Amino acid sequence: MRLRLPIGFILLLAATALLGSENLVQFSDESLRARYQVLITELRCPKCQNQNLADSDSPISGDLREEVQRMLEQQLTDSEIKDYLTSRYSEFILYRPDVNKTTYLLWGSPVVILLIGLIAALRLSRRNTAQVVCSGRTEIDHETRLAELLKSGEDDK
Amino acid sequence: MNRIALFLPLALFAVLTVVLLLGLDKDPAELPSALVGEPFPIFSLPSLHDANQMLAEQDILGDVVLVNVWATWCFACRIEHAMLNQLAEQGVKVIGLNYKDNREAAIDWLRKRGDPYAFSIFDERGGLGIDLGVYGAPETYLLDATGTIRHRRVGVVDDRVWNSEFRDLYAQLVSNKR
Repeated sequence: MRLRLPIGFILLLAATALLGSENLVQFSDESLRARYQVLITELRCPKCQNQNLADSDSPISGDLREEVQRMLEQQLTDSEIKDYLTSRYSEFILYRPDVNKTTYLLWGSPVVILLIGLIAALRLSRRNTAQVVCSGRTEIDHETRLAELLKSGEDDK
Repeated sequence: MNRIALFLPLALFAVLTVVLLLGLDKDPAELPSALVGEPFPIFSLPSLHDANQMLAEQDILGDVVLVNVWATWCFACRIEHAMLNQLAEQGVKVIGLNYKDNREAAIDWLRKRGDPYAFSIFDERGGLGIDLGVYGAPETYLLDATGTIRHRRVGVVDDRVWNSEFRDLYAQLVSNKR
């Protein structure tokens, strides 16, 4: 008896999940859906600071999702769709922009930073092995010196 | 060589500081304009005041004009409206692009607040808005007499914005036309 309310509540929640899973966007050919999903996650909402078209609730994102769907139905290629949008909203709209003179730093810097890190790591590891060899040698020096001292002490007796 | 190398992190820090300080001045919400230098998009849309009268890009040509994107749901447009009325009084030709709005509400708005627009394009579905790269109202475009977009402002045009971004360019375009 006491369980009835929580169970009812859980069923209600489950019902909302069902509602959400309904496919709201209809395609004449289901193969377009996969491309649609990729495109709307890679395209950025022009109004919001850091959301893609898939995430954003803003009206402009809704309009642009419709545009993407319309162009997919018109058999446009992915790059044609991106060109269409960048000619209007600039490269801002691409989360994965092409490599060109304004984006080479963006694409290149991870590689450069990785190289700097590798070089630093190599140099540091080399220096460490050199130190080990060096301290090994001084140890031998200490031993000979000790032996010499002991010897001279014995001589003094 | 080793002494110079010791200063390398400091130098890197200094460079990074300068770059980041410069970045503070930039408005991250502002998109680079893709349409400056491009012709105004082709369109065919009804007039706001008369659903039977169709307007097209030819109607914009011939004069240096401002095209102002606005809507009754746009709060900032209320603030901007007085400035547009003032510009229209000074003889600036302003064309309205009513963006994703309700026709009756828009006509009512212009009746109450004054109509600065030479004519108003009614873009109910926002198609011309997408062709222009509009992502929020208000937006204002300055077009030369050939219909080429020469400047774009996203956000309110007030005295300060007009004086710093539009006035000189507008005067220059008008004198070019003569």
